[in-house]
Amino acid sequence: MPGLTRESNLNNSSLQPGTEEHIPPGRSLWADGIRRLRKQRLAVVCFWIIVFYLALAAFEWIAEARKWESPAFIRWNEIVGPSYQKPMVPYEWTTADGKTEIRREWMGTDFMGRSTFRRTLYGAKTSITVALCASLISLAIGVPLGAAAGYFRGWLDELIIWLISTLSTIPYLLLLMAFAVVLRDKTVFGLELRGITSVYLAMGLTSWVGICRLIRGEFIKRKESEYVLAARATGCSNARIIFSHLLPNVFHIIIIDLSLRFVHFIHAEVILSFLGLGETDKPSWGAMIDAARAELARDVWWEMTAATIAIFLLSLALNLFGDALRDCLDPKLRVD
Amino acid sequence: MTVYIIRRLLYTVPIVVGVLLLTFFLFSVVGGDISQQIAGKNADAETIAEIRHEYGFDKPLFWSLDSQFIDHFRKALTFNFGRALDREKISDKILRGVGPSLSLTVPMFLGTLVLSISLALMVAFVRGSWLDVAAVVLCVAGMSIPYLSFIIYGQYIFAYKLGMFPIMYMPEESLLTSLALPVLIGIAAGLGGNLRFYRTIVLDEMRSDYVRTAFAKGLSTAKVLFKHVLKNALIPIITSVVLSIPYLFLGSLLLERFFGIPGLGSLMIEAIASRDFFIINAMTFIFSLLIVVFTLLTDICYAWADPRIKLE
Repeated sequence: MPGLTRESNLNNSSLQPGTEEHIPPGRSLWADGIRRLRKQRLAVVCFWIIVFYLALAAFEWIAEARKWESPAFIRWNEIVGPSYQKPMVPYEWTTADGKTEIRREWMGTDFMGRSTFRRTLYGAKTSITVALCASLISLAIGVPLGAAAGYFRGWLDELIIWLISTLSTIPYLLLLMAFAVVLRDKTVFGLELRGITSVYLAMGLTSWVGICRLIRGEFIKRKESEYVLAARATGCSNARIIFSHLLPNVFHIIIIDLSLRFVHFIHAEVILSFLGLGETDKPSWGAMIDAARAELARDVWWEMTAATIAIFLLSLALNLFGDALRDCLDPKLRVD
Repeated sequence: MTVYIIRRLLYTVPIVVGVLLLTFFLFSVVGGDISQQIAGKNADAETIAEIRHEYGFDKPLFWSLDSQFIDHFRKALTFNFGRALDREKISDKILRGVGPSLSLTVPMFLGTLVLSISLALMVAFVRGSWLDVAAVVLCVAGMSIPYLSFIIYGQYIFAYKLGMFPIMYMPEESLLTSLALPVLIGIAAGLGGNLRFYRTIVLDEMRSDYVRTAFAKGLSTAKVLFKHVLKNALIPIITSVVLSIPYLFLGSLLLERFFGIPGLGSLMIEAIASRDFFIINAMTFIFSLLIVVFTLLTDICYAWADPRIKLE
């Protein structure tokens, strides 16, 4: 048996180095992909930018849950200066305990005199929460449906195809807005949908079509491959084949799709905020850009610029990293 | 061919029914009775009852010949969507918005198309060089800026600060002056994604055998690109063009809002602000139908051009 000879070869080579042909241990798809990825400096930089944003969001989240007061940058609601203070211009400010000091706010203040910098940092939490929850919902719907349709085919496939074509027939923005409008301030199954909850629910419920189609296509392609036939021949159940053989093999597709879809969610949050369907009482990048409509006429450009740069950096990093990830994990898809 | 068209036509029926089921579920089951919201906070029970009766909220949802479910289908299939919350007929509102929307989106679409295809061919011409890499990075950078930022900065800088264009759409001015800035902003915002998309199509085509043959017989790169690749890349390009025609009717939600263009995008935003489910419902159905029709046309054109498809 080939397996045995290979093992004995390995044993021999470990006993008598140099006499037998040395077989290096195999690398998995992921190890291989990550090796390729680490060679691309741009992708590594993007990866650390994304990690930074995620860490920031996590930190803001913990600080809010535990009601921390320090470090200073998490107090986004604190009034630190006069209304619409320009960035980097020193100003005199009397604090609550009566001390007067010269300060400078390096990204300026908003209409209530709150720090734009702190609000931008807090916006990372809002945007990333929305994008993460929307991604999780769309994966939780799309992956099982796609897997079931591709694996079982038949009437189930027809039904899911019908669902997919129905949803993709409605223009995405209309669909998203219809969901967001209807779900807003509703109580569904005892859960009150306020603020960002209705935002990510609407995004998640409308955006699973893409990943569902991808997974279905992959399952149809891989269903007849040797490893699945072998698993079936040894008596594996359908559930086992799907969960421990097929899904791990398409996992990289899910990750790639996720990293690119994340950008769409962040941009969609901006549009929904602008339409008045987003977060209302806490800072979010969308709300900050939306505020600029009234502010630009008074030459207040910093709040919008801060939010735009924050979105731009994160989206750029995600886009470039997602592309690099696709090239490394799925070289067949590479364009050039 | 006739059999194919009939089969393809029948296939659209479940999709239209699906859209109607979805909108019914969304607006009537989840959204439900909005008579309280229409009447206002201080309305008495009598007014509310009147409104409930007028909009049909007092009918049973299902299981009756005169249910909301049947009503929903009848309204959609006869294109009689009734009146909006401000008592104007919804079909009038929509017909009025089509013109302004199209005069914004058609030049925007054509501009983006021509610019991005010619740039894509140029980028393919220098593929692999640092120029190509720079172009791709620039495209991704353009795609990473929120659409709203493009609009707000564009309006602020070119209309408000420099005064090169009017800030708002003015019906009495010529279309050229009042729509130039929104069109240019739309082209700038859409260029990144489109250029990258067409570059992918062109480079995909570059890997074909006929391109290798063309190079092997000694043709110049320019000749290969413009005589051979462009012609063959036209098929995916035309598909994407035909499929984006319905979206042109939809107008541009954000651009119309910022420049005060009275198109369908503005109508949509007004409907959201006043939570007018009737308008959103009508728009959703009409545009889904439009997309169904254009997808059908594309498929029939495909079958006409490539006889193999009919047999599948």
